[in-house]
Amino acid sequence: MTGGGLGRIGVVTFPGSLDEGDARRAVRLAGGEPVALWHREKDLRGVDAVVLPGGFSYGDYLRCGAIARFSPVMEPLLEQARAGLPLLGICNGFQVLCESHLLPGALTRNDHLHFVCRDQRLRVERTDTAWTADYARGQEITVPLKNGEGGYVADERTLDALEAEGRVVFRYAGGNPNGSRRDIAGICNEAGNVVGLMPHPEHAVETLTGPTTDGLGFFTSVLKRLVTA
Amino acid sequence: MTSTPRTALDTVTHAAGTPDAGQPWAELGLKQDEYERIREILGRRPTGAELAMYSVMWSEHCSYKSSKAHLKQFGEKAPESDALLVGIGENAGVVDIGQDYAVTFKVESHNHPSYVEPYQGAATGIGGIVRDILAMGARPVAVMDPLRFGAADHPDTKRVLPGVVAGVGGYGNCLGLPNIGGEVVFDACYQGNPLVNALCVGVMKHEDIHLAQASGTGNKVVLYGARTGGDGIGGVSVLASETFEETDPEKGPAKRPAVQVGDPFQEKLLIECTLEIFNERLVAGIQDLGGAGLSCATSELASAGSGGMRVELDTVPLRDSSLSPEEILMSESQERMCAVVEPDKVGRFLEICEKWDVTATVIGEVTEGDRLEIYWHGEQIVDVPPRTVAHEGPVYHRPYERPSWQDALQADDAAALPRPATGEELRAATLALLASPNQAAKSWITDQYDRYVLGNTVLAQPEDGGMVRVDEESGLGVAIATDGNGRYAKLDPYTGAQLALAESYRNVAATGARPLAVTDCLNFGSPEDTSAMWQFAEACRGLADACRALGTPVTGGNVSLYNQTGDAAIHPTPVVGVLGVIDDVARRTPIAFAEQGQLLYLLGETREELGGSAWSQVAHGHLGGLPPAVDLERERLLAEILISASRDGMIDAAHDLSDGGLIQALAESCLKGGNGARVVVPDGLSPFVFLFSESQGRALVAVPRSEEVRFNDMCGARGLPVARIGVVDGEEIEVQGQFSVPLRELREAHEATLPGLFGAPR
Repeated sequence: MTGGGLGRIGVVTFPGSLDEGDARRAVRLAGGEPVALWHREKDLRGVDAVVLPGGFSYGDYLRCGAIARFSPVMEPLLEQARAGLPLLGICNGFQVLCESHLLPGALTRNDHLHFVCRDQRLRVERTDTAWTADYARGQEITVPLKNGEGGYVADERTLDALEAEGRVVFRYAGGNPNGSRRDIAGICNEAGNVVGLMPHPEHAVETLTGPTTDGLGFFTSVLKRLVTA
Repeated sequence: MTSTPRTALDTVTHAAGTPDAGQPWAELGLKQDEYERIREILGRRPTGAELAMYSVMWSEHCSYKSSKAHLKQFGEKAPESDALLVGIGENAGVVDIGQDYAVTFKVESHNHPSYVEPYQGAATGIGGIVRDILAMGARPVAVMDPLRFGAADHPDTKRVLPGVVAGVGGYGNCLGLPNIGGEVVFDACYQGNPLVNALCVGVMKHEDIHLAQASGTGNKVVLYGARTGGDGIGGVSVLASETFEETDPEKGPAKRPAVQVGDPFQEKLLIECTLEIFNERLVAGIQDLGGAGLSCATSELASAGSGGMRVELDTVPLRDSSLSPEEILMSESQERMCAVVEPDKVGRFLEICEKWDVTATVIGEVTEGDRLEIYWHGEQIVDVPPRTVAHEGPVYHRPYERPSWQDALQADDAAALPRPATGEELRAATLALLASPNQAAKSWITDQYDRYVLGNTVLAQPEDGGMVRVDEESGLGVAIATDGNGRYAKLDPYTGAQLALAESYRNVAATGARPLAVTDCLNFGSPEDTSAMWQFAEACRGLADACRALGTPVTGGNVSLYNQTGDAAIHPTPVVGVLGVIDDVARRTPIAFAEQGQLLYLLGETREELGGSAWSQVAHGHLGGLPPAVDLERERLLAEILISASRDGMIDAAHDLSDGGLIQALAESCLKGGNGARVVVPDGLSPFVFLFSESQGRALVAVPRSEEVRFNDMCGARGLPVARIGVVDGEEIEVQGQFSVPLRELREAHEATLPGLFGAPR
């Protein structure tokens, strides 16, 4: 971690990003320093980790995340993520990570064809990633889910590989909300520094505004890792 | 590509020289005397462009010509209020909520477009109201949608409702605004005339308030946002095809779609761009483009300012290069704003637009004098006094008369209906009520809306009111509720409008917030129908009187008339939104009974009042008699008690009693909290009246045992009748000596209805 003091976590704003303020708040409540990053700048401002927030980047008129992946900021981000920079993609951010091929598979229209906003139970399947160390394996958490295109798909071979390599980080519990293959809600890359998921941990950081504070663990996990790294 | 060849441009000079040229004023919806008046104002016949402007600005929608005479009362009878910073007449009213924060809010209708094209109609309804709020200088922070549809099982409702819900969600979700409440009502009277109202609330600091006016000679007029296209042009297709433009026989007549098409991504950019522009104090006046498009924005800005305005219409960026000047003036293309900017700030203004990829163009400037002049390739096509277009349209005193059927309707008393007598019958009536489309859970709809975005939503549907946090440090927040019971208003429009306000006011107070101000959307039938006009006049009078009694001024709103198919008008439906403030959102009161053992108190008095009730509709399909009596002094007292109890931690849950009566509120609070309740029918009341009557001025609260004495003392000291009716307990609702229902069974009945009707997302 650079310079001591608070862990600095960048949050990218693309045109059409919506939840970047929530992601910055979550970083702050977890004890970190949020840093706003702008999609047009190829500068990560020396941050220690990055969040790609939810929203509808570029309106998602083409395919979710398909245009955002070509933003100037993605160039240094992909490079550093491959080198180990902790990177979390939430909802639209997850879609961007898949479009960027940092993570395999794709997100498709919910099988019931409706946008769905609800409090969703998740089972934590893996706790040695950059973003999940503060959870216990098998722990169930509840965070909001809100999307129209959250169905995770990949070919069988990829799905088998994800399972075999333990890269399924979260699974939906208490009912699959969107037809995701094998109830997959979130996955990580081989190194475990890049995690993407459809549900929104940044909306579950205060009891006043969220269903729980279960989402804080994402942000405390990465901040602790920065301290010990 | 070359543009379509045109016949001679109808310039001001040309119009002056051809006084007898025929004009399609009737096709554009103008009356003969209105057309004559335009000629009188101008001293010549209007040009095609001028006729286009007057026709849209003098339409009922823009000019309020039938309603103005009655709306005046909202100003004349307005209560004294320190909270009002900007009143009726601007894009939206502005209310002081303390700590240097101001809030602006408004509800508007998008009824007719949503019937024609449900998705786009509802979507652009959100877009329009959001721009109204933005134009005041505020960041939009939440939306709500009061919706009315035809009978739930009617085939056309299956077409309209899913489209409307998808449109509200599709636009609002993509814009990143939490949807925190609203209403969904089904009634056959809305068949063919669904009501799609949209409310938006925005927050700003006092010094950020912006107004729609063009002042300062030499200041530039900047149009920014989406390019202008052919969408949303109504009557102008007549102009384009019949008089002003040669029709290309190859292409057929130029018919444009009359419903606008929304692009929420563009609107999101417009919001962020505009807020950054406000932040750097770059605008002198600003107006959004909604109904009547550029005609409205230019004439309203010029009319409200001190100077005139000159616009070069051919500089407007177009999506479709074949548009005629009349079409450009009338286009209702969405996601556009018009700002007045000092010349030395234009550079920075355009830079910010570029940062957000928002197209921005200087299209004119503020001039000396008092004329609005519009040019097309150097030739003058409009030269009018802007006030005559924007603010001095016709005013009609439409005749109205109490309908001949009103007495018979009121005489058809619901008290005569057969009612459940045994415990078994009461149980069946309870389940039937809670499963009926109007009283059933609305989560099938609201789960398609994002309520979490922005991270400040403290309460959302199915709570009594939506609540958002305004300041993270202090916890300052606002609550909003919208209500309107068309069945009550049909029985007595004066009382019905007051009941709409009373319920909305009570809902806000039940959350713990102090009601401050009102916005209204008045949905009625045709003003040319004397019965519908009487309903409108009575509702306005009732609402204005009630606002004065409750000390909550109307800050703005919208009128939607002509909600009528043939002779069949909708129920008169005044939808009233109330805004309240709460010093610390952590003290809010939810509806859920979260803790077993807490004591249930019924506040207020229960009388036998069944006219217009949900029970009479569900059990008998009946509408008759008189609506419940309204007692505004009692509403005030009840609100004070609810607010004090919330602030001082004396209650853990509160739910207002309205349609469906006590049993509805009890069931909702139990289901939300996952806890049952045991209640006892108070002495002197029949179990049926206790459970199903809709007497006003009541609320159900859950009191922790440790607070019981203090709570009772407070109610006693202030003179509010209260009765301890039971306790939060177990996993069923038990009405002692009558019946019990397990929550599981109740939930199944309450939550299965809408998915059963409209398909089941998981």
